[in-house]
Amino acid sequence: MAISTASAAPPTRSTQASAVARKRRPGRLQGSRWVAVGFAAPLVAYLIAFYAYPLVRSIDLSVHDYTVRAFVQGNAEFVGLKNYIDVITSPLFGEAIGNTAVFVVASLVFQYAIGLALAVFFRNNFRLSGVLRALFLVPWLLPLIVSGSTWAWMLNSDNGIVNSALQAFGIGQINWLTSPDTSMLAVVIANIWLGIPFNLVILYSGLQNIPTDVYEAASLDGAGAWRQFWSITFPLLRPVSAITLLLGLVYTLKVVDIIWIMTKGGPANSTTTLAIWSYREAFGTGQPDLSPAAAVGNILIIIALIFGFVYLRTQRRQELS
Amino acid sequence: MITKTLRAPLVVAVAALAVGALAGCSTSGTGDSSSTDAAGGTYTWWDPYPQHEEGSDWANRVQACGTEAGVTIERTAYDTTALTNQALLAAQEGTAPDIILLDNPAVSTLADTGMLTTTDELGLDTSGIDANLLAAGELDGKDYGIPIGANTLALYYNADILSAAGVDPASITSWASLTDALAKVTAAGHKGITFAGINTEEGSFQFLPWFWGAGADLTKLDSPEAVKALTLWTDWVQKGYAPQSVISNSQNTTWEEFLTGDFAFGENGTWQVNSASQQPFKTGVIELPAEKSGVAPAPTGGEFITAPVQNDTARYETTKKIVDCMTTPDGFVKTADTFAYYIPPTSDGQDKLLEEHPDLTTWVSAVQAAKGRTSDNLGTDYPLISEQLWTAVQSALSGASSPQDALTAAQQAASSATDGK
Repeated sequence: MAISTASAAPPTRSTQASAVARKRRPGRLQGSRWVAVGFAAPLVAYLIAFYAYPLVRSIDLSVHDYTVRAFVQGNAEFVGLKNYIDVITSPLFGEAIGNTAVFVVASLVFQYAIGLALAVFFRNNFRLSGVLRALFLVPWLLPLIVSGSTWAWMLNSDNGIVNSALQAFGIGQINWLTSPDTSMLAVVIANIWLGIPFNLVILYSGLQNIPTDVYEAASLDGAGAWRQFWSITFPLLRPVSAITLLLGLVYTLKVVDIIWIMTKGGPANSTTTLAIWSYREAFGTGQPDLSPAAAVGNILIIIALIFGFVYLRTQRRQELS
Repeated sequence: MITKTLRAPLVVAVAALAVGALAGCSTSGTGDSSSTDAAGGTYTWWDPYPQHEEGSDWANRVQACGTEAGVTIERTAYDTTALTNQALLAAQEGTAPDIILLDNPAVSTLADTGMLTTTDELGLDTSGIDANLLAAGELDGKDYGIPIGANTLALYYNADILSAAGVDPASITSWASLTDALAKVTAAGHKGITFAGINTEEGSFQFLPWFWGAGADLTKLDSPEAVKALTLWTDWVQKGYAPQSVISNSQNTTWEEFLTGDFAFGENGTWQVNSASQQPFKTGVIELPAEKSGVAPAPTGGEFITAPVQNDTARYETTKKIVDCMTTPDGFVKTADTFAYYIPPTSDGQDKLLEEHPDLTTWVSAVQAAKGRTSDNLGTDYPLISEQLWTAVQSALSGASSPQDALTAAQQAASSATDGK
């Protein structure tokens, strides 16, 4: 590689331009190479400025002790893995991991199941099915601050519409957001509602790719709707399902806004996930603690990466078989 | 083939871009405000009042102080949290403004970074300022700013509900008499009291009058006095004197609850005086009672005028003139009027304000009894302690743990966060 570039000394601009103009041959590599670099440069600059630099900076933050003073004076002390050790040995770590697991698993299972059910339902075109399907996308279109606040109002203990509806059926007041026993349930419900459209759209488009003649053959063989779903739809949808779940996992791991708007991670840390913990360390108190926040954030990235690799592995195994 | 030949030039391009980008980051924006046209130049001013636009009374007042000092003032307004972050960024890049009005708990945090001048360096006279208010801007014996006004918390009441339930607000001078009053109004079919117990600084702010009113100290969160204060709040919620929503109430939400007219009492601040007077029901205000008797010290709120360090120290002379203009007794009263009842931090200023608005007596004495959150030389430890305090309040109110357990855990976490202080 190095040899090929060394031998190809860049010609001056005028000769290069005239050369390109005179004979446009695909073999003239020098010209096309610099042009290619020119085309790639904006993208590369973008990747560095918006992906590589923040990532490096985040690691840099997490291995230094950035107090507010150090931030201004630029003399943060290098502490190695101390921030990570502090985070992992903190009593909040186990709780946050547990909360994150419950939040992610419960959200994914229900988002996927309901999204798939709706996708199958909308596969049969019927009157107004387009309108109905569009309506299901509304949660996706609303700004999160709007849907989060609305959920918080609806689930308000004293004046919320959910509790007044429950009371009409004789069920007593449930302190959705203010009791540590139900707060996780409340934010999970809101997050499931938010995630259904995403699952619906991807799974629905996956369904379009399953050829209809497979179903015709199955129904000739006497397979009912239930049997068709488990023997055709579900297995043929597996690759789409896998990518939906992986994307859903990444999206759900990093959810901050909906929980922050509804409970701020409370009460008593009962809805503090890793993402919320990181956000709170950095921006939620009077004193920004950027280093532990970056450490928690990086742990979160590692978890997401691990699942990404699991996905790649299973996909490769699928291709091989 | 293409990828193979592309790689080397790419690496070069990438490296060049990276160097360029980094250089751009570190050199951009030095010396904006330090341009040396000291006489008749432009002075920069940041404050946390975006609601007061260009041309408003406040903006004109700021400008008038600039004109008096012979300069023009370029004013930028941020909201409170953004202001602290912007100030930190500007200090890092060496482009701090000449004057910042800072929320008082942020003063010691920023002072600790070395970005603020002391009042001695600037030659400001702080002798007339009430010591309890000045203390919020003190760090290791030095003052880093002057309060331009103060506000604090007190207990608003709905006079219609109280008179219907036969409660005399003047009789409420202790926790016991307040709890009795709550029992009476709830028995009469009204709601008792609303406050903000949210898990942010506002939650600690609202809890502190009860905490201090019991005689507790922020350096010992699990003292019996602290447990008493948290038990008081928890009991109110459990007995139904306070709604469940207090656990997630911000100060704004709790005020909205009070404005529904269903609540007998609402804990809130000086800044709601105008709103309270515009309600269809009759409102009044009493000072927050301490446990046994008398007035509980409420935390002080309000902004400090501070002068960040400049490379060009010649600018300080004019900066001092501007600060002086804002902090004369007359200046304090003007600020109080512009901001709908900000209480002046000097006794001269307070006397003048009371001449014009005798109805503010309760607030003036509440401010005199108030206490800075970062006082007692807590300084930058306060935010760490406060976080544990509001977490404990949440745990107890939501029933996750008893007040004693919640505060014991809070004390442990706070002392490990502040290295055993």
